[in-house]
Amino acid sequence: MNDEERELDGGSGGMTRAAFLAGAATSAVAATAAALAPLKDVTDLPSLEEFLQQHYKELTPEDKAAILERISKQVEKDYGVRPNLTDQPPIPGVEFGYALNIGRCIGCRKCVYACVKENNQSRDPQLQYIRVLKMRKGSIDVETSDHHYEGQVPEEGFYYMPVQCHQCRKAPCVKACPVKATWQEPDGVVVVDYNWCIGCRYCMAACPYWARRFNFAQPEIPAGELNPDMGYLSNRPRPKGVVEKCTFCLHRTRNGKYPACAEVCPTGSRKFGNLLDPESEVSQIIKNKRVYVLKEEVGTLPRFYYYFDL
Amino acid sequence: MINDLKDYFVFVGRCLAKTIEGDWRYFLWMTALSAVTLLGLNAYCKQFASGLMVTGMSDQVSWGLYIANFTFLVGMAAAAVMLVIPVYVYKDETLHDVVILGELLAVAVIVMCLLFVTADLGRPDRFWHMVPGIGKFNWPISMLSWDVIVLNGYLALNAHICGYLVYMVYCGRKPAKMWYLPFVFIAIFWAISIHTVTAFLYVGLGGRPFWNSAIVAPRFLASAFTAGPGFLILTLQFIRRLTKYQVSDKALMMLRSIVQVSMVINVFLLFCELFKEFYTDSAHVASAKYLFFGLHGHFGLVPWIWTAMALDAAALILLVLPLSKSLKYLDLACVLAIVGIWIEKGMGMVIPAFVPSQLGEIVEYFPTLNEWLICGGIWAFGLLLYTLFLKMTIPVLTGDLRPAGAAPGGPH
Ligand code: SF4
Ligand code: SF4
Repeated sequence: MNDEERELDGGSGGMTRAAFLAGAATSAVAATAAALAPLKDVTDLPSLEEFLQQHYKELTPEDKAAILERISKQVEKDYGVRPNLTDQPPIPGVEFGYALNIGRCIGCRKCVYACVKENNQSRDPQLQYIRVLKMRKGSIDVETSDHHYEGQVPEEGFYYMPVQCHQCRKAPCVKACPVKATWQEPDGVVVVDYNWCIGCRYCMAACPYWARRFNFAQPEIPAGELNPDMGYLSNRPRPKGVVEKCTFCLHRTRNGKYPACAEVCPTGSRKFGNLLDPESEVSQIIKNKRVYVLKEEVGTLPRFYYYFDL
Repeated sequence: MINDLKDYFVFVGRCLAKTIEGDWRYFLWMTALSAVTLLGLNAYCKQFASGLMVTGMSDQVSWGLYIANFTFLVGMAAAAVMLVIPVYVYKDETLHDVVILGELLAVAVIVMCLLFVTADLGRPDRFWHMVPGIGKFNWPISMLSWDVIVLNGYLALNAHICGYLVYMVYCGRKPAKMWYLPFVFIAIFWAISIHTVTAFLYVGLGGRPFWNSAIVAPRFLASAFTAGPGFLILTLQFIRRLTKYQVSDKALMMLRSIVQVSMVINVFLLFCELFKEFYTDSAHVASAKYLFFGLHGHFGLVPWIWTAMALDAAALILLVLPLSKSLKYLDLACVLAIVGIWIEKGMGMVIPAFVPSQLGEIVEYFPTLNEWLICGGIWAFGLLLYTLFLKMTIPVLTGDLRPAGAAPGGPH
């Protein structure tokens, strides 16, 4: 066999080739090692438990307790506060809905910052769930809107339209996700399991309302600013490389409180409540006011309504 | 059975041994490819450590070069198998010998596709969440879960067909029909399905009017059947120049007619799409306007798309003229078409759907150096793989590699 090979090799002697290949192999190993060098900066490799953690819906109550404990410990280590981390289940007979008075909103962005604080969004890079669009009166075309307006608000001739996750009844993001890392809870809130998301960002491409954000870098929150009241499916600190979004503050709302954005709004433009209760404020608004949803034509059936007084 | 397996491993081992033989040109080529691959690996390690912030992507433009390359390459992989159709369906033997080379290309390219998807993941450590059975697979609802299945299935199919046919040639036996023909026919349908499913990935999103068009899948197929055989035309000429393996001019001309027809259809479909967008001139034209003419002072993609248009047009003209019966012009046309389609399908198809964003914001996307390096690395690795495959297979096809004991024969 060797003879045959040497023959085919056409002259270049076996020894020389062996030496050449040995040299090539050594330099290849060295070059590969050099190429891999940046890996030594990796600080956030998952622990074995994290790596093997099952999908949220497969977890037993014991599993969940252990996971909550593990995360609490990690938060305590990273931020120096023991969080009150829970996994509050949805309340039976409740379906959350939101109504926003488009005629009253003055575009002050207080909701934007209250949300960042409440939900422990990364401050650097800065990540926000709510985007307030400054719209010219007479147009509902978002393409003519201004996202980065500054100065005095409200400005004459304009109105303001805050947009956040619409908790769609037919949510395209849920359909898109290849691994069921994002789903709709019985109370209508679309959540993400930050320990299951693989970061493919297909859901971001699918969402018609630009409601989802991706952690392009390790999220940074100054230790003193962490909100220690946390829910597993909402505002616990997120790892890098996963998607997150508005959850209607479910760690608050499932405990009978209003979402942070509704609470902070100085004009009372934001109304929140149970769509299944005909007497609730949102149900009454939907019944009695002029109500519309954004991009109705895409058929997502949002639980987030805009309305006018009148 | 055991003996058969043993023989097979001996065969693989001997083929592998072939990859460390060659003249200085071969080693230079392989060294260069390895170097670029390692540069890409290095860039990927940086991305792995710091996150996707080292790319030019943003919350607004959440997919970039990786998915663009992925889309282009799925087409290449699908098209490689299209050579099979004339051979097995119409019993036209012209392309018989190059079928295996086409399928090997499909294998290498699918590996590249999988690497591009992996490079795009925010959490590559959680890839197992996508493995049916142990993960949680959103099948059949999510189009991405379909894509995972069809791509891996396609990889397995082609690997089997190549492995089996080449082994039979090596043994000097006639391949048993039942061991490859059914697979070949499945592979033909599968080839169409991988590119259709990849198109549906985009088409299925109602919130992205730029993608939400029924014509995307046919456009994808047409452009794929231009770029794929075009690439093979170039490869086959390298092979016949550098090895003893014979490729007839007739086979190249057959490929030329495939490229020719597909290119005409491709340009026609593109024209249909543009007519719909610009003549209607509804609010949905914003992305197309951004792509071709810029929007509100943002012109990021304009140079790209006009380059692609120019290349496509030049390739089309060359291909329909009898001029391209001369290999020199045919090669030129293929190169122009491949680059043109790469831009048109990548930067021209994936990116503009994100600009303006769903809320009308214009954020442009400019790939970073690190991103380019990763892409370059994956391309180099793919070429490296394909070179190795060819290096292993061609001695078998020319009859230089035969089981020990059997006399080395001439070309079969
Ligand atoms: S607004 Fe977007 S993220 Fe929210 S449920 Fe609808 S599709 Fe999903
Ligand atoms: S980014 Fe995460 S949540 Fe979104 S589709 Fe991918 S895996 Fe699902």
